[in-house]
Amino acid sequence: MSLFWPGGAGDSLTIRGARVIDATSGLDGPFDVTIEDGVIASVAPAAAAAGGLVLAPAFVDPHVHLRVPGREDEETIASGTAAAAAGGYCAILAMPNTDPVVDSAAVLGALIEQAREDAAIPTGFMASISKGLRGEELTEMAELARVGAAGFTDDGHPVTSAGLMQRALQYSAVTGCLLALHEEEPTLSRDGQMHDGPVSAELGLAGWPSVAESVMIGRDCALAAYERRPLHIMHLSARESVTAVRDAQARGIAVSAEVSPHHLCLTDDAVRTLDTNRKMNPPLRSGDDRQALLDGLRDGTIACIATDHAPHARHEKDVPFEEAPFGVTGLETAFAALYTFLVEPGELELGLVLERLSAGPARIFGLPVPRVEVGERANLVLLDLDATWRVSEEGFRSKSVNSWLLGETLRGSVVKTIADGRVVHAA
Amino acid sequence: MTETAQLAIPVTQTPARRHLIGISDLDAAGIERLLGTAGTIARSLDREVKKLPALRGRLVLNLFYESSTRTLSSFDLAAKRLSADTMALRSSGSSVDKGESLKDTALTLAEYDPDVIVIRHPHIGAPQLVAEVTRAHVVNAGDGKHQHPTQALLDLYTMREALGRLEGLHVAIVGDVLHSRVARSLVEALTLVGARTTLVGPPTLIPRGIEDMGCGVSTEIGAIGAADVVYVLRMQRERMLPGAAYVPSLREYAAEWGITGARLRPGQLVMHPGPMNRGVEIDPRVADSGVSLITEQVRSGLVVRMAVLYDLLAGDLGPALEVA
Repeated sequence: MSLFWPGGAGDSLTIRGARVIDATSGLDGPFDVTIEDGVIASVAPAAAAAGGLVLAPAFVDPHVHLRVPGREDEETIASGTAAAAAGGYCAILAMPNTDPVVDSAAVLGALIEQAREDAAIPTGFMASISKGLRGEELTEMAELARVGAAGFTDDGHPVTSAGLMQRALQYSAVTGCLLALHEEEPTLSRDGQMHDGPVSAELGLAGWPSVAESVMIGRDCALAAYERRPLHIMHLSARESVTAVRDAQARGIAVSAEVSPHHLCLTDDAVRTLDTNRKMNPPLRSGDDRQALLDGLRDGTIACIATDHAPHARHEKDVPFEEAPFGVTGLETAFAALYTFLVEPGELELGLVLERLSAGPARIFGLPVPRVEVGERANLVLLDLDATWRVSEEGFRSKSVNSWLLGETLRGSVVKTIADGRVVHAA
Repeated sequence: MTETAQLAIPVTQTPARRHLIGISDLDAAGIERLLGTAGTIARSLDREVKKLPALRGRLVLNLFYESSTRTLSSFDLAAKRLSADTMALRSSGSSVDKGESLKDTALTLAEYDPDVIVIRHPHIGAPQLVAEVTRAHVVNAGDGKHQHPTQALLDLYTMREALGRLEGLHVAIVGDVLHSRVARSLVEALTLVGARTTLVGPPTLIPRGIEDMGCGVSTEIGAIGAADVVYVLRMQRERMLPGAAYVPSLREYAAEWGITGARLRPGQLVMHPGPMNRGVEIDPRVADSGVSLITEQVRSGLVVRMAVLYDLLAGDLGPALEVA
């Protein structure tokens, strides 16, 4: 088991008449759902309640930066997991690109202890593939896995050396853990600030081309095929990348992929404002890339929506675009952004979005798949699709406010989150 | 594609105060007005006393985070000729050396209540940031590789003085377009006034997708033949990253794309924003010949920058510019 939190006795409650949508259990309709001591005790057909209430399996985010250890001014386990609970999540995985890096059993063990004290929801920790994220030597993966690593990643950095990548694939077999990859060929992305295309040409910002992502995906899929090992590709951004993953899957390679809400909702056109909360890595890409990501999500090539929640201190984002760090927050806005910009306009089905936020990521990372089923621990999110709210700095549980949605009015709010049988958020 | 959903996220911001951060802050009429004001000012400078009282009591602050000779001196003199007080701050020898952020520096200087802040900065977005945190009108004197609007305006002024028109002109811009804020501003400004532009240079120095700005693109130096004006860009060696060889050598660049007398046809005029690398992007004999407008560009810089300062404050000033 690779998720940690204080836990405790389960809650008992009944949610009446909400529209239950759960692709895993094949449910879509109004039900009364009763939870006793944290376990789903009954799911009974009911008269539909008034309003836009939807009850669904709670969300799972395999890509969160909690910034601990090292940047507790930006986020902590307590604040980051509270933000996740408010966003409808029942489990998250934290990235290891911290200071120090999560590359030893000592650092990982300390984080797990802290999560057992402070985490608002079950939380797992990824360890790094290479020591210090330097891309030179493998971490002690077997020990890290034994201590409780949820997987391995050098996120924030590519594994530049093909040789080390091959060793990581070979050696990770002893851990039973998945490798999750940030794909970026650094001699192609160079000091790129945004997508390489007409907008970067006009603004005079250095381009980070799509091909810098897709060539690495091509390389790593070839290595995964050769080593017969699974792989997970993080935050896809480009059409060529979706094609590379789809082709690899068609050849029987066990490669999974995720996409972020911001890459699904925005294009590089949004960078024209020079708002540093539109600066992320990989960068926002063209409208055509965005369409390919939506297609990949629809056909299952991309089975997971992950926020890449990346808190940054205000003073680090209050600088000219080129000086700002990459990354935006996302845990508290993910569902509403997807619902407002993609579901309501008819680009994506609600059921598909809910599945890609929950069962999709859980299956990829071997986590318990939340489902609305009698006998299951309750991992549920109650959503109000009719609610309208304005994204403001004051509303965040996260310690950071670098959201690409500040000032936006969104539809769809999280009314209640139940994680591992306990109510962890109630609006 | 749901444009409606996309449109919910604002892609433009309309500033309450007027600034000149990019050419997109202007329309064709705005450019016409500025060039007209510059012309009026130019006639006044023929007099023995060259100072105009228009901006008496105003403070123009020059905030320069990059080295500059002609732009800084030209803004400074422009403000003085309009009777404004001026202050220049450079990044070296100031608190920037001590790691102060641009925002904090701007907030500090804002306490002096400047009417205009002229800023040059190595990074795009610096002028916007200053505009957001101060109450001054902001003039961009070059931000990274993004924009250098007063350079484009002085170039337009120079072309119109030399050729009598802008509409229908064909301008070839030659060289390192990738790293050039001058090229981006100039393409935008020339397009606005109905002129045509062609970018010419090595494929490694022409950014992908730049043709979406409405310009032609060619990697053949012969493409300058059709142009009325050949605008030569500096080979910005200081902007090249170590190890990133955009061209194999300056020698090869000069041989393939350098502007020489032999490559020009009679009647073509040559411009350069300076500073020049003589013998690299331009043959010194061309630079010093009668077809060169380079010294005219420097003179235009002064009157155009006077016009910009005057125009930004004119709304606050009320009466039209009077030149006796």
